[in-house]
Amino acid sequence: MKGVLRTIAVVYVLGLVALPVVTVLRSTFADGVGPVLDVLTSADFISALRLTLTVAGLAVLINTVFGVGMAILLVRYRFPGHRLLNAVIDLPVSISPVVVGIALILVYGTDGWFGPNVEAAGFQVIFATPGMVVATVIISLPLVVREVIPTLAEEGTEQDQAAQSLGANAVQRFRRITLPTIRWALAYGVVLSLARSLGEFGAVRVVSGSVAGESQTLTLFVNDSYQEFGPDAERAAFSAAFVLMMIAVLFIVLIALLRPKEKS
Amino acid sequence: MTTTDTTDHGSAPAPAAISRWARGATNGGLTPAAGLGLGVGVLWLSLIVLLPIAAVVVNAFEDGAATFWANVTTEEALSTIRLTVGASLLVTLVNAVVGTLIAWVLVRDSFPGQRAIEVIIDVPFALPTIVAGLVLISLYGPDGPFGVNLVGTRTGVVLAMLFVTLPFVVRSVQPVLMAMERDVEEAAASLGAGGFTTFRRIILPTITPAVLAGAALAFARALGEFGSIILISANLIGKTEVASAYMLKLVESDDPVAAASVATLLLIVAIVVLVLLDVLQRFATRRGATTPDLPGGAQ
Repeated sequence: MKGVLRTIAVVYVLGLVALPVVTVLRSTFADGVGPVLDVLTSADFISALRLTLTVAGLAVLINTVFGVGMAILLVRYRFPGHRLLNAVIDLPVSISPVVVGIALILVYGTDGWFGPNVEAAGFQVIFATPGMVVATVIISLPLVVREVIPTLAEEGTEQDQAAQSLGANAVQRFRRITLPTIRWALAYGVVLSLARSLGEFGAVRVVSGSVAGESQTLTLFVNDSYQEFGPDAERAAFSAAFVLMMIAVLFIVLIALLRPKEKS
Repeated sequence: MTTTDTTDHGSAPAPAAISRWARGATNGGLTPAAGLGLGVGVLWLSLIVLLPIAAVVVNAFEDGAATFWANVTTEEALSTIRLTVGASLLVTLVNAVVGTLIAWVLVRDSFPGQRAIEVIIDVPFALPTIVAGLVLISLYGPDGPFGVNLVGTRTGVVLAMLFVTLPFVVRSVQPVLMAMERDVEEAAASLGAGGFTTFRRIILPTITPAVLAGAALAFARALGEFGSIILISANLIGKTEVASAYMLKLVESDDPVAAASVATLLLIVAIVVLVLLDVLQRFATRRGATTPDLPGGAQ
């Protein structure tokens, strides 16, 4: 019985996940390393890589600040609407990324609620980098908060109060007490957010416009290349996918390393 | 600095102010700084989450309920909603069973390569969805090694959903199984309960809340999934077009009201299913022995 269960579990996981991943490697390097390098040094790829790093970097930065702040508020304070706020933070993970993109267009697009005002102020959100950043922020909104909250709650406020009574100000208490307490949870949350942000596709697809060399992220580069058809386009798609996959593997290793630290 | 900081929280003399602060920190009152932070946080959430979602619902009903209804009942809308909801339910069910099984094997069994399986479970979380789509098409597409071509089939859609939702149930059930005391099972066994009876009477009640919590996350994810599906589904209208792809098409053909209508319907479906699973979960928690302690705070 145990052997049967074990076999089912192993075959299911390997068949569904491991096997496909190996197949992509095979497709990418079917004609050797040379053509892959050509793709990775092309102007469109490099600009997509740069845009992806910018968007993901900003989104993670914003979510880290927001996440730590929100976690502190939710753990240490009670106020009306506490439960509601807690629920709203989780909302984005239950919503389709495409709906997130559409929702942003309806508010910040040219015909949206705030779109005309924002554009009159000389600022473009939709079909521009700010829209892509905000879409990515929404998609990865709860990741940092949810990792930091349990650690913070477990730690309590005794140390913080002691420091306070000894005359430490808020900044000192945060740097010397709160930050060391939550650092592994925070690191874990940041890695999760970064993985999610680099790989975001649906929401960014809706708000970017996806012009090659301009508003195309790596995931859009994969999609657009693949949709073009033809062996060169297909290789471009697989090469970029290979890069994203290597980044994902790196993150999985980081997650595996951070998880026990976070739990201890 | 010290004095200003303490007196910030009240005009009473220093010791009293500290104790008031201490009380505030543990059960309630917002300090001015915290209040400001809360204000900024709520404003930010409103601008990027609440207002946009409100905009979706408002736009859906902007031209009246009749237009909303017409938008979600066109032949194409109906077929895409039926496919998306049906496939998501199927995928949720498979995950509840297989995910629990995998968690069980990972916690209670030990075999060579177990660590590797443990790591592979996280791949769908870390892998960008469009890469997942490419992965699936290179395996089950026209040039796949098995000669199985699932491009443009509903099986392909379900497969993509299964791929991206694999970790949810496994990761929510695993910690509960790990925390379970073995002696209750051993007691049951010593009293003559068979393997199945022990599972049904002892283990299942304990893990059911966690299974449901994982299933809820998996369902929400499958319902909105886009990136991993579009390549393998080939977006055949009336056959493999999922709701996300349909909404994107509507927005790009400049019909945001119709897109918002479909999005609203999906939100309603998601809320109904999530509330249903939440109620079941509460019911199971009351009956079961322990409360699941979930990472990620899934309700």
